[in-house]
Amino acid sequence: MDNKRRKILKFAAVSAALGFTGLPIEGLASYFPKIGKYVRSDKEKKAKQWAMVIDTRKFKTKEDFKRVIEACNSIHNVPEDIPNKKQEIKWIWEDEFEHVFPDQENPFLAERYKDQEVLSLCNHCQHPPCVRVCPTQATFKRSDGIVMMDFHRCIGCRYCMAACPYGSRSFNFRDPAPYVKHKNPDFPTRMRGVVEKCLFCYERLADGKMPACVEASNGAMIFGDLMDPNSEVRKVLRENYTIVRKPELGTEPCVFYII
Amino acid sequence: MLEKAFYGDKKYWTWVIFLLILMGIGSIAYIYQLRHGLMVTGMGRDVSWGFYIAQFTYFVGVAASAVMVVIPLYLHNYKKFEKVVTFAEFMAVAAVMICLGFIIVDLGQPQRLFNVLFHPTPHSILFYDMIVLNGYLLLNILISWNNLHADYKRVPHPKWTKVLAYISIPWAFSIHTVTAFLYQGLPGRHFWLSAIMAARFLSSAFCSGPAILVLLLLILKKVTKFDPGEEAIRTLAKIITYAMIINVFFYSLELFTAFYSNIPEHKATFIYLFKGLQGHGSLVGWMWVMAISGLACLIILIPPKFRNNQDLLVVALILLILATWIDKGLGLVVGGFIPNPFGKVVEYRPTVYELLIAMMVYSMGLFILTILWKVGVGVKREVGEIPK
Repeated sequence: MDNKRRKILKFAAVSAALGFTGLPIEGLASYFPKIGKYVRSDKEKKAKQWAMVIDTRKFKTKEDFKRVIEACNSIHNVPEDIPNKKQEIKWIWEDEFEHVFPDQENPFLAERYKDQEVLSLCNHCQHPPCVRVCPTQATFKRSDGIVMMDFHRCIGCRYCMAACPYGSRSFNFRDPAPYVKHKNPDFPTRMRGVVEKCLFCYERLADGKMPACVEASNGAMIFGDLMDPNSEVRKVLRENYTIVRKPELGTEPCVFYII
Repeated sequence: MLEKAFYGDKKYWTWVIFLLILMGIGSIAYIYQLRHGLMVTGMGRDVSWGFYIAQFTYFVGVAASAVMVVIPLYLHNYKKFEKVVTFAEFMAVAAVMICLGFIIVDLGQPQRLFNVLFHPTPHSILFYDMIVLNGYLLLNILISWNNLHADYKRVPHPKWTKVLAYISIPWAFSIHTVTAFLYQGLPGRHFWLSAIMAARFLSSAFCSGPAILVLLLLILKKVTKFDPGEEAIRTLAKIITYAMIINVFFYSLELFTAFYSNIPEHKATFIYLFKGLQGHGSLVGWMWVMAISGLACLIILIPPKFRNNQDLLVVALILLILATWIDKGLGLVVGGFIPNPFGKVVEYRPTVYELLIAMMVYSMGLFILTILWKVGVGVKREVGEIPK
């Protein structure tokens, strides 16, 4: 009798102890961040400073631009046709030569350039003013030179937009979701109130793929490591006369244009 | 001491309730903005800062201007300012609160505001702006409240508030210098890229802030019998005059550099503001009102005969506030974004929502000012500085 009672008490005590300690620990544990390590894929493309050369001579028809722009918009959840033109979101787009290169102003510019449309996107500057001014490091420069965005840290102060001399940054003035035509669940979506821009397809580089626009450009855009003398971009830069946007500002853009 | 704010006549309560109603109406607009995003504003990818940030900029100046009372009193022992210093510091508190309010309503994700603290970033000027503005707020609250409390208890002011008052002097300069640095360090924004920006900010602050203070003190005199003293008002008017002359001079330096050098990027915004560019010129009328009222107020302010006539002084101060407000609260921030990085003019016009939300922030500031000044007047009345 006594023995049985002792056993029951023991059982009760042990289960109570488990109840008090074991279970809550498991519950608490779920609040701690999972400490895992990001494993880089073997396929990942690596560089010290990614750079791009755009051969404007090879963009002849509207179709050439559209193919490239669509390739980007369709995989990055970029909203299209936002009713208020002033509040559009743009990652890569076409504009007149005179607008992309306002410092090349010349009233007697050859007609070929006057009518020339040029691609415009984030320059992934070597000295990016947007990164300098961001108060939360929501935009930062990666070791491979990509000017990155953390959409979940951005407070939406838009200081980076004031700092960018290329108009490459867009702010989500409204919820972009209803305007995203091709939803890609593998790429982060954005909410209203944060800034976004071209990220040089960091997600594709991690998979060993070239940026979507480069792939869709049929050789009109060349991508590679600016710091590697044997890379394809360096070869193209050696052989062609190229210009960058607003070199006088000291930002050192990494998007080059063959005119 | 705060209980003084709970006893007032009918006029006082009508005013307080009026401000609360304005804040209430504005909050409805703000809730709408929170739910739908900044799409309810007139801002866009080209003019990405608008009315909110412009008002923030103007009121940093108003906050800093308390130093124009603190310096003569604490560094030159100018006793005539003893009576008004608490009111000036209280005004600085309300002005900083207006600044913080405008920053918050401008954020796309205000609930993430504290990311600025969680991820401190010393290479961002906004990081320093956060430090200096909040520091200045704290300094002014501590100094003014504790000194007033000492008056209330009829004991001499504590020594440590005097130390803080000395610290607040360079601190006041820092808040407006850092605010100017937000703008003047950006490559490619030629209108802002000017070494004299911080100095221009300070000079316009040191005339507009004291001008607002004088007007408010004169209103206070009407409604409470508190007399700031003829001499104090005259000295403030003199300070305002010097600061405004320097302000106009600095502005003309900008014009000289832009137009004598004939560099298109430097001229573009000035042309847009005063003449219109690429067929757009929605600010032209405002800018000429600024130019004319800015010069007209100097005509009244410079001759002592006009300046010392209080009715004329009031007219001059209203013109001065109008001119400096158009300059900093309208033209400076919006103008910096026009033309855009592509050389194109895309205009900005605040929406009704923006104006209602601005009204909310303004009335919040006025509410804080009313409460603080009410306490100040209550204490001064109790200790016999104001006739009962």
